[in-house]
This record gives sequence, structure tokens and C-alpha cells, in this order.
Amino acid sequence: MGILEVKGVGKRFGGLQALGDVNLSVQENTVHAIIGPNGAGKSTLLNCFVGKLIPDTGSVMFDGQSLLGRTPYDITQMGVSRVFQTPEIFGDLDVMENMMIPCFAKRDGSFRMHAFESVADEKELVEKAEQMLIDVNMIDKRHMHASSMSRGDKRRLEMAMCLVQDPKLLLLDEPTAGMARADTNNTIDLLKEIKEKRDITMAIIEHDMHVVFSLADRITVLAQGTPLVEDSPDKIKDHPKVREAYLGETQQ
Amino acid sequence: MLGLDKKDMKFLLIVIFLTLATPILLQPFPEGSGMAQFNAGYPDLMQRFAIFGIFAIGFNILFGLTGYLSFGHAAFLGVGSYSAVWMFKLLSMNVLPGLILAVIMSGLFALVIGYVSLRRSGIYFSILTLAFAQMSYNLAYSVLTPITNGETGLQVTLSDPRILGQQVSESGNVPGTHFFGIEMGAAQKIAVGSWEFTFSAGYYFCAIIAIFAFYLSLRIFRSPFGLMLRAIKSNQQRLNYTGLNARPYTLAAFVISGMYAGLAGGLLASMDPLAGAERMQWTASGEVVLMTILGGVGTMMGPVLGAGVIKYMENIFSKINEQVLHQWFGWLPDGLESIVIWAAEHFVGSGWHMTSGVLFMIVVIFLPGGLVEGGQRIKGFIKNRRGGDSDDPEHHPKQAPHVAE
Repeated sequence: MGILEVKGVGKRFGGLQALGDVNLSVQENTVHAIIGPNGAGKSTLLNCFVGKLIPDTGSVMFDGQSLLGRTPYDITQMGVSRVFQTPEIFGDLDVMENMMIPCFAKRDGSFRMHAFESVADEKELVEKAEQMLIDVNMIDKRHMHASSMSRGDKRRLEMAMCLVQDPKLLLLDEPTAGMARADTNNTIDLLKEIKEKRDITMAIIEHDMHVVFSLADRITVLAQGTPLVEDSPDKIKDHPKVREAYLGETQQ
Repeated sequence: MLGLDKKDMKFLLIVIFLTLATPILLQPFPEGSGMAQFNAGYPDLMQRFAIFGIFAIGFNILFGLTGYLSFGHAAFLGVGSYSAVWMFKLLSMNVLPGLILAVIMSGLFALVIGYVSLRRSGIYFSILTLAFAQMSYNLAYSVLTPITNGETGLQVTLSDPRILGQQVSESGNVPGTHFFGIEMGAAQKIAVGSWEFTFSAGYYFCAIIAIFAFYLSLRIFRSPFGLMLRAIKSNQQRLNYTGLNARPYTLAAFVISGMYAGLAGGLLASMDPLAGAERMQWTASGEVVLMTILGGVGTMMGPVLGAGVIKYMENIFSKINEQVLHQWFGWLPDGLESIVIWAAEHFVGSGWHMTSGVLFMIVVIFLPGGLVEGGQRIKGFIKNRRGGDSDDPEHHPKQAPHVAE
């Protein structure tokens, strides 16, 4: 039984069958990559996990509970964090404030009326946030305005904001899209480090084969809304169906 | 101290000092001099500064922190006024029960309007609040006449019961509003040389409440709750995926700012015990938006400053008439004088809106952060002149602006 169990998920947008019949099982403490050509339904699938879309058919179970019909904040409170294609951070706030928000959310739940306490007085949470910034090598930037940082740093901050909540499952939507080679390699190193240091499960959607093959334990190949194969990275590389549907396309 | 850090405490003390010294600070010109008409130290106007300051501080908690632009906040101002006057009619002329009811009623009103309006964001939210406010305005004129007394406006009369207080004063008139015996209308004039300062009980009552309102808002700005509100303005998507529900936060901010507006409305009625529907009109809602933007959205001092500038212009510029202009430009050659006066006329008297419009445009175009940003730029300029290379912005990473300035 995996931590995330997807059974028979289908989603239709008007005349387009975005997802056919997706079955997927993400095992605890592994990195599971979902790859596929453009329009294969990768992002649609991810949106079904986080409550942004509700699939027409099938079920999505996380840790024994159904995720269907839940709101994104509810799902996040259950322990599913998400990293976006373009880093989603609080650009108007500074780095430390960005870090405090997930700390409060983790401790106080989805809403608490703490209007007459002071952020600076929350020593325990401040410490926790600072430790996380040290872990991702950003402590020297803690007073920086988040929107003025480089894209690589924004990604790093977003990752730190997710990790400080100790999620059971981290979803990554093309974490290196549009990044320079050096930034991509940094991100890979960061993810590898996270994988080694923490008990965390990751589901990653990615275009960049270099990223996928250097991180993933299992790979699911999606094509036209249905999973083609699911196997270990070594086997996927040589799989004839995958070459035809995905890798082959670029070689022609 | 008081849950504030050193910097904020200093800031609060400065605000307290400025507020308490207002009757002196706003009276810089000696009586009888040509400039005396620019003095703003008379009770009626100073009360307005404090009251509209409260209104704008509250509005800023919603608009400045969450970015939700309400175009219907005057409705809460009106509800506050009506509630207070009803208390004056039924209970007593003591302002305290009136103010308490004003805050409660406007809070309930804000809860209902906010609950519906906050289902949408951006322009749709603004339109919904505008629609609600206009609805309240029209209802106050028509169906709700038994409560609001329609066009005449709600007034205190000799026949009101006032079960806990005096029904008729000793002189046979409607008694004045008071706070446990301190008459709101009482004022002490003190002449120093050719200057004359008026210290009015009404102003100090408003001022103390305004200071308290300012302190509360400072606490909210510094609290985790305030941080969440700023996060809502910055990125709602990320907020959602951080496990936070934006709706109760925005609703709480809406209700709090509605209660501030109600308090301001109650104070307006406490200073002058009548309430009319025009207080709820959309122009009044628009005014508080202008005040906040003019002063600086999301800053602590900005909205108060904006409220002061607009109320000052409304009361002082509108009093300058052609005669005064003749006095000013009398030294010019005849032809030139009439041209200058003809041009200047459009900006004073009933044309003061033109001046405020021009000022507003200048601020929005050149100082998007409002008058507060102007102040910060001047401060930065002086610092650079003095300090030299240590503050070179080119070679240092940009720091997040402090919300208190």
C-alpha cells in the first residue's frame, strides 16, 4: 500500500479526455517521477491530488483518507505540500516572514485569530524557521525582499517553506522549468540532500530527463492521459514503448 | 512595553504627542494676520481630523493589508451614526452607550455584507460592496424611514424618552452630548500673545479614542494575524497551499475595519447629534479610499495623513473666495491680476475639489506610496547627503520596507 494511491482517475474537459484511467501508487520514502510528452495530462493529474480539480471518476487516497472534495488548504494541512512550476512565494514580504507563515499554519491550523500577539515573540517558531533557512543555505538572506531574489533562490525559499511544515508528501511540478543549467544542478543537489536527510516522499513531474534520472526511484510514463509503463529508471530508459511515445519523438 | 518593540513604542509616543498637541500645532499663525485663515486649530475641524483618521486607519486594515478594495465603507459610518443617535434618543446623552452600540451594529452589518461580498475578489468585490452601500443608502431614504427619519435625518428632540439621562436641559433645550458629565461642546480658549488656542473636550475625547484605535491597528500590523493579511495581498495561491484558509482572515479584517468605521460614525454623531443618509453615499466611501491612497496604502501613518490633508482642503481651501484672492494678488498690474485671479478661482472656494484632484494625480503618478513615500524620500535624500557611501542602494541588496513608516 503506497502513501498515495490513485485508482481509475479520469478527467474530461469538454471534448478532451485529459486523463483516461490512471492507476498509480507512490510508495513511502521514495521519489516517484511522472513524465510524459506535452499534453499527456501530468499537470491535470497533479491538480487532482491537491484539490484544485476534482476528477470525474476514480479515487485518490492519501495515507488512508480520500482527497476528493477537499480544499487545497485542507489537503496541505493533511501533509501534502506543493512546489509550483514558477516559484509561488509571498513576493511582498521578506524571507523570514515568508518562512513564518508556514510555521504558523502548521502550528495553528487553517485559521486562528491571533491579532494581539506579536510575530517577534514567537521564539520557538522563529528558531524553527531560521534552522530551516540554515539548512537550505539562505540564512544570510533572511531580511531580503522575496521578490528581489534570483529565480534559483525563490525556488529554494519555496522548497524551504514546504519543508518547514514537515510534509509527508511533497509534490513538485517541473521544479527546474526555465532554469539555467547551474540552477538546475543546484536544485537537483538540494532535492538529493532533502531525500537523504528526511523521511519524505516526493512525487515529481518533470520534463528534464537529466533531473528525472538522477533523482527518481520509480518512474511512471504518462501518454495521452493514461499511464504507459511504471518501472525503475534503468528499465524505463530502454523501454521500447517509452522510446516510441516519448524519447523517440525528439529523435525524429 | 505594551506589546510593542522599541521602535514602535517611539513611533506611538510621537503619534500621541502630535495628537495631543494638535490644537497648538495647527494654529501657527497669529490671529488677525493675513495667514490666519490657514489656521486649522478650531474644534470642529480637529474633531474631523481625528474621526476621519480613525475611519481611514480602519479602512487601511482591510485595504492596506489584504488588498481588498471596499467601495462601501461609508455604509458602516452611517450605521454607526444612526446607532449612536438612537442611543441618545432612548438612553441618555452620554456618548459611551452610543459608541458601544455603533461599534456592535456596524460590526454585525459588516459581517453580513462581508460574508456575501468576500465570495469574490478584485473588482467584483469592490462592486459588490458598492452595491450594498448604495442599497443601504437608498433604504435609509425610503423603507427604513421609521428608523432613519428619511430625508430630514435622525435628530434628538425634546420629546425623546432618554430613560437614563436628562430629557430636557435646565435651559429648556435638548441637552448636549457628554462623557460622564464632560460636555463635548465645552472648550477653553487660551491666548498667548496674539495667538489663540482652543482646547475642546470634544477634540480630546476623539483624540484619545483615535490614539487607542491607532495603537490597536499597530498591534494588528505586527501580529501573526496581520502577517496573514499581508500574505493574502501578496499571494493567495501560496497561502492556500500553505494550509491556510483565506476567507475567515479576510472576513475578520472586513469586520474589524467595519467596526472602525462604525466607531467613526458614532463619534461624528457624538460631536453633533444627528445622522443623515448622505453619510452613507458612495462619495463618502470614495473619500476614504482617496484618503488612504493619498497618504500611503498599507502604511501606519499614511491614512491619517491623507484624512488630514483632505479634510483640511475641504474646510480651508473652500473658504477662500474672490475677495481673499484680490487681497493676495492686489499688487499685480490690473490686467495680470484679473487673469491670475480668474485662474486661481478654479482651485479654491467650491473649486477645492480641483486642487485635491490635482494633488491626488500628482501623488499617484510620482509617489505611488503616497505622502509617506514622499517623506521617506526626503529623509533618504538628507541621509545620503550627510552619510555618504554607507547607504549606497546600488551595492546593497534591497531590504523589505518596514510597514510602520
